[in-house]
Formats: sequence, structure tokens, C-alpha cells
Amino acid sequence: MTVTVYVPGDAAAVACDADAVARAIEAALAARGEDFVIIRNGSRGLHWLEPLVEVVTDTGRIAYGPVAVEDVADLFACGFLAGADHRLRVGRPEDHPFLAGQTRLTFARCGVIDPASLDAYRAHGGGRGLEKALTMTAADRIETVKNSGLRGLGGAGFPVGVKWETVARTEGPRKYVVCNADEGDSGTFADRMLMEGDPFCLIEGMAICGLTVGATQGYIYVRSEYPHAIAAMARAIEAARAGRWLGADLLSSGLAFDIELRVGAGAYVCGEETALLESIEGRRGQVRAKPPLPAHKGLFGMPTVINNVLSLAAVPFIFAEGPKSFRDFGVGRSRGTMPIQLAGNVKHGGLYETPFGLTLGELILIAGGTASGRPVRAVQVGGPLGAYFPPRLFDTPFDYEAFMAAGGLIGHGGITVFDDSVDMARMARFAFEFCAIESCGKCTPCRIGAVRGVETMDRLIAGDRPAEQRALIADLSETMKFGSLCALGGFTPFPVMSAITHFPEDFGADHPAAAAE
Amino acid sequence: MPAEGMTELDREKLSQLIEAHADRPGALLPILQAVQAGFGHVADTFVPVIAERLNLSRAEVHGVLTFYHDFRRQPAGRRVLKLCRAEACQAMGAVDLLAQAEHRLATAMPGTRADGAVTLEPVYCLGLCSVAPAAMLDGRLVGRLDAGRLDALIDEVLA
Ligand SMILES: Cc1cc2nc3c(=O)[nH]c(=O)nc-3n(C[C@H](O)[C@H](O)[C@H](O)COP(=O)(O)O)c2cc1C
Ligand code: SF4
Ligand code: FES
Repeated sequence: MTVTVYVPGDAAAVACDADAVARAIEAALAARGEDFVIIRNGSRGLHWLEPLVEVVTDTGRIAYGPVAVEDVADLFACGFLAGADHRLRVGRPEDHPFLAGQTRLTFARCGVIDPASLDAYRAHGGGRGLEKALTMTAADRIETVKNSGLRGLGGAGFPVGVKWETVARTEGPRKYVVCNADEGDSGTFADRMLMEGDPFCLIEGMAICGLTVGATQGYIYVRSEYPHAIAAMARAIEAARAGRWLGADLLSSGLAFDIELRVGAGAYVCGEETALLESIEGRRGQVRAKPPLPAHKGLFGMPTVINNVLSLAAVPFIFAEGPKSFRDFGVGRSRGTMPIQLAGNVKHGGLYETPFGLTLGELILIAGGTASGRPVRAVQVGGPLGAYFPPRLFDTPFDYEAFMAAGGLIGHGGITVFDDSVDMARMARFAFEFCAIESCGKCTPCRIGAVRGVETMDRLIAGDRPAEQRALIADLSETMKFGSLCALGGFTPFPVMSAITHFPEDFGADHPAAAAE
Repeated sequence: MPAEGMTELDREKLSQLIEAHADRPGALLPILQAVQAGFGHVADTFVPVIAERLNLSRAEVHGVLTFYHDFRRQPAGRRVLKLCRAEACQAMGAVDLLAQAEHRLATAMPGTRADGAVTLEPVYCLGLCSVAPAAMLDGRLVGRLDAGRLDALIDEVLA
């Protein structure tokens, strides 16, 4: 019987030595004369256990992790090929509480299948959404997306169905579907994981979007910091063309849709949708003033849908299972699931897909607290433009409106945890510095304001008249909020002001050290 | 490098790299990426050649080249070490690691060591925030970095 071993090829696993582990397992299997296959799957999302190696046994897949090269000989000696006991044995992954507690709609196949195989994708339910969509009228397809309640998961939370409808109704000689895979937010990696672990799901979602709005060409814009995702997507696009999932005659429907991969060049602002379009067109990634909306005049001046990876990857499930099966999850106006990313100083970091509505505190419990074992002091939600939350606000439920009400945003679903060694004044300074480095330069409040912010924070950190500096920062934040064209300048005040509001002692207010000076 | 400094071989290689992408819509970025992959950097002398082929002004090509952080106008060191300094990595001690790298390499970030052994650069998130702190040495990803593992990477770079 052929031995089947899974060793993740996901970048997080690879960064923890998964390639070397795969080579060591391969060498050991070859030396034993076994008939074997090693599949480089995506990650299940239990990143503290990466590399999480799985063997196929009579009782299902049995996982071991985190496996180091030095453990391989011992695993073989203990009989891990038969699923035997070992100190690294995790058991059946799906029984692990971290996975068992999730609702995996978008990430159902990630980490399970061979991401290079269209057959594996089909065997695990892939393609049913597209087949269903092909039997529907364009109007029904739009209704399906609208009824699902799906909102854009890139950050802004705009209803996906409304955007598609606008593009479907706008006339144009050509239309485009653009997938935003720029994922620049620190603390986020769900787009990367999906592209590496289940790339056909994104292709299927984009193809459904193309059919729905009448676009024949798609683009995926992936950041250059993601070489593994780029390789996995490129390989999947080729395989999809070969299997006629892309091309001139999609699944013999007579309809055409193809996808081109574009790679970014290291600019955070290119995640902003209009800057991204500029970049694909070969220009500086400067933000365009709206209107016109991309839906009316987008890529090369044509009507364009631009959606995040997660928004598009949620679509196949919605078509395959019906919009109600998605909408039934969630709370309030936040429907369905959110792939939440647990990052930073956490014991159990990784991907946790769950219906909207869990509280921040519950999510931190799921993350097992801090990796350092020290108390949690602050949590940044929603990337570098998101607010810092103190433990006092951990009862905030994960939902767009609740976070807005608490002075924050959920953004792309990244949760970055800090322990009590964090200096929030340094984090506020960093927020300004990041904005200064990444500003596209179009508006003065952002371009100049961010630099002033860094200087002001430097004075505050040096203990130079902190009350005055705090007042200056508050003024500056107002100016940036209202005078910036996009959220880079406009939202940088979120991390800054939340840090000052919730952690005043780090900003020279009521701080014993500052008073002593 | 003056224009005359370009060898016939370089000229040929450059034009091949340009031609491979020139007819794509929005060709400039893919061309700059291909040129950088081929030469290690995009020399100022390449700019007029690219501009002419795409029917753009030199200023436009220069503007794009300088806008994106990835593009280099000078060759990098023999190795490139990128350390993540975004929030999730900071939460796991990245700031101390940056100081350690700058100190041991005697190179301020961003910068290239005097002997050309390595270029040290910041990166703002590699999507490895759950296995932070993270780094990239040439194309190789490294997670769960700590002082010891960073020292080993630096030993490798200086070997
Ligand atoms: C500075 C900035 C960076 C952004 N980065 C991203 C990003 O990396 N990925 C993303 O999907 N959206 C990003 N966005 C949001 C996009 O502008 C846009 O809202 C999104 O692509 C729409 O897709 P969705 O409706 O599916 O979320 C960014 C916005 C700003 C202002
Ligand atoms: S706010 Fe900053 S990044 Fe956004 S458009 Fe203005 S200058 Fe550019
Ligand atoms: S913040 Fe360093 S890898 Fe994401």
C-alpha cells in the first residue's frame, strides 16, 4: 500500500523548516523502500504546531507537530506511519479543539487537499458553485450574492452584491474582475493561506464574478512579499486553463474568462483599490479621487469589480450551498463567517474562521493568551490602521458595527496581541512612521502630517513637555482624519489616538517616571 | 554607470527582458521586475531604453522606479537580509533583533555592509505574523526568530 504523508508547503510552515522536514521524511521513506507520496498541502491554520505533518492511516489522517528535522528518525522509530503514539502526536486534526470549534466555509479545504490538484479540489466539493452559477440567469446570480449578506472582507465591509450589481449594469466594451491580494496589514495572512492552500477556490470565485458582471478578464494582484502564494496561484491558473476552468470556453459554457497574475512591488498603499488599479496600469501607486468609482470607470477606464481574496473565495460556497446557508451565520449586519487571524504575542497563533459575533476576549482565550506567558496589555485589531484595545474593551463583539462603535475597525480580521512589555508611545510613533514611509504623497495632511507626528512623538518620548505634545498630536490627528483622501492618512489617527486614550500612562500623563523628571 | 558603460551583452539582455513583456497592458511594472530579476538592479542607464520602447517619458519611468520600495537603482550586497519590523513582529521582540543585526553587521538599516557581504533591509510584514518574528534571507523565509537564530543567520551571511 502506498504511504501518503502531508507536509505543509504553506509559507508559515516553510518558515519553520517544513521543506527540510519534507526532505528528511522523503529520504527516510526512500531508505525503507516504501512506496510513498508526499503531498505539500496548505496549512490547517494551527501555526504553533507547524510544521504539522499528517500521515494517512486506517483511522484517518493523524497529525504530528511541530516536527523538526531532528524528530524525523524518532517518529519513524515510534511507528508514526501507523499513527502510533509519540510526544508530538496531535491526533486527528479535525478533533483538535482549535479546529473543532471553527465554522470553516471558505477555509473548508485549506490544509486538507493538495493545492496543486484540480482533481483533489473537485473531489472535495470544489466546482459546484460555478456549475450552479452556470445554470442561473445573471439576475439570479446577483440576487444570490446579495441575499447571502456577504460584505467585503478586505477592510471596508461594503456589500459585495451591490458592487457586482453596479458593474453588471454599467455598459462597457470590456469589464474586469480584479482580486486584491495585496494583504499589507500586519497581523493578517488569510489571503496568503488561501492562495497557497486552496487556490482553485479563488479562481472559481472570480469566474463566478466574471459570469455575473459580464467580465472576461480577471487580474490577481499579489504582493511581492508572498513568493509562495505567487507560485501556487501561477500553478493553479495553468492547471485551471488546462482543465478548461479558465479560457475561451469555460466548462463548455461558451463563456470566456481568464486570469492574469500581477505582482506588486512593495507599496502598502497599493492595497487601496484605486492605487492598485494604477499599479496594474503600470504607474505609481497613487490613490485616485472618487468619483468615478472603479465600478463605473476602473481598470483601463472600464467597469471593474475589485474585491479582496476572502470576499471572492466566499462565493463558491454561497453558490454551492445557497445564500441562506451563509447568511444564517453571524450577527446583526455582519453575516456569515470571518477568517480571523491570531497573531503577534499569542500562544496559539493561526487562522480561526468563525461566524461574526465572538468577543475579542473569547478570541484571545482561543489564542491561548500570550506566548511570553505575561499578561495581555493591548490588542491591535484590523492592521496598522486599526485601533489598540485595552482589556477593559475585550467584551466588544467581532462585528463591523460594534467595532466602529468602540472606536475601531475589524479591517481584514487581524488580531495582534501585545503583552505588558509593550510601550504604547513607541507603537503610536510607529503608526506615524509607517504612514510616512507608505504615503502615496498625494495629500499634504498625510504626507507631511505623518512626519510631524513622528517628530512630535520623539519629543514626547524624550519627556519634552508631554502635555503639549499630546495636544499637538490630537490636533494633527484631526487634520489627518478630515484632510486625507484615503484611509492611510485618514485612519492612522485610530492606532495613535486609541493608544493615547487607553494607555495615557505611556504618554507622560500620570506616569510616575515622567513626574519625577 | 554611463550609457557607454553598457556592454553589447547587457544591451541585448535588457532588450530581451523588455520585449518579453512590452506588449502586455500596463507593461512597465512587469518590465522593471524582470530587469531587476535579470540584473539585480535597475540602473539609471536602463531608464531611457525602457522609456523609449514603451513610448513613455524618462520622467514617467523614473517616477515609477522610485515610487516602489522593491526597486533598486544600485546593486545590493551579495546577500539580502530583510527583517520584519511591523506590529506583530514587534510584539515578539523584533525591535531588539533589528538592533542586534545592525550591531553585528555594522550596518545601519536600510543599508549595505561596507564589504558588500549583505544588504540589510526592513520589510513590513511577510504574512508570518503567527510565527513572528520573521525574516527573509534572499528568498528563504525564517520564522520564530530569536537572538540565537538571528546570530546563526548572520554567521551564514558573513561566512
Ligand atoms: C491604505 C489602504 C490599504 C488597503 N489594503 C488592502 C489590502 O491589502 N487588501 C484588500 O483587500 N483591501 C485593502 N484595502 C481596501 C481596498 O481599498 C478595498 O476596499 C477592497 O479591495 C475592496 O474589496 P472588498 O470589498 O472585497 O473588501 C486598503 C485600503 C487602504 C486605504
Ligand atoms: S491619505 Fe496618504 S496615502 Fe491616501 S491618498 Fe492621501 S497621501 Fe495618498
Ligand atoms: S508583522 Fe512581521 S510577518 Fe507580519
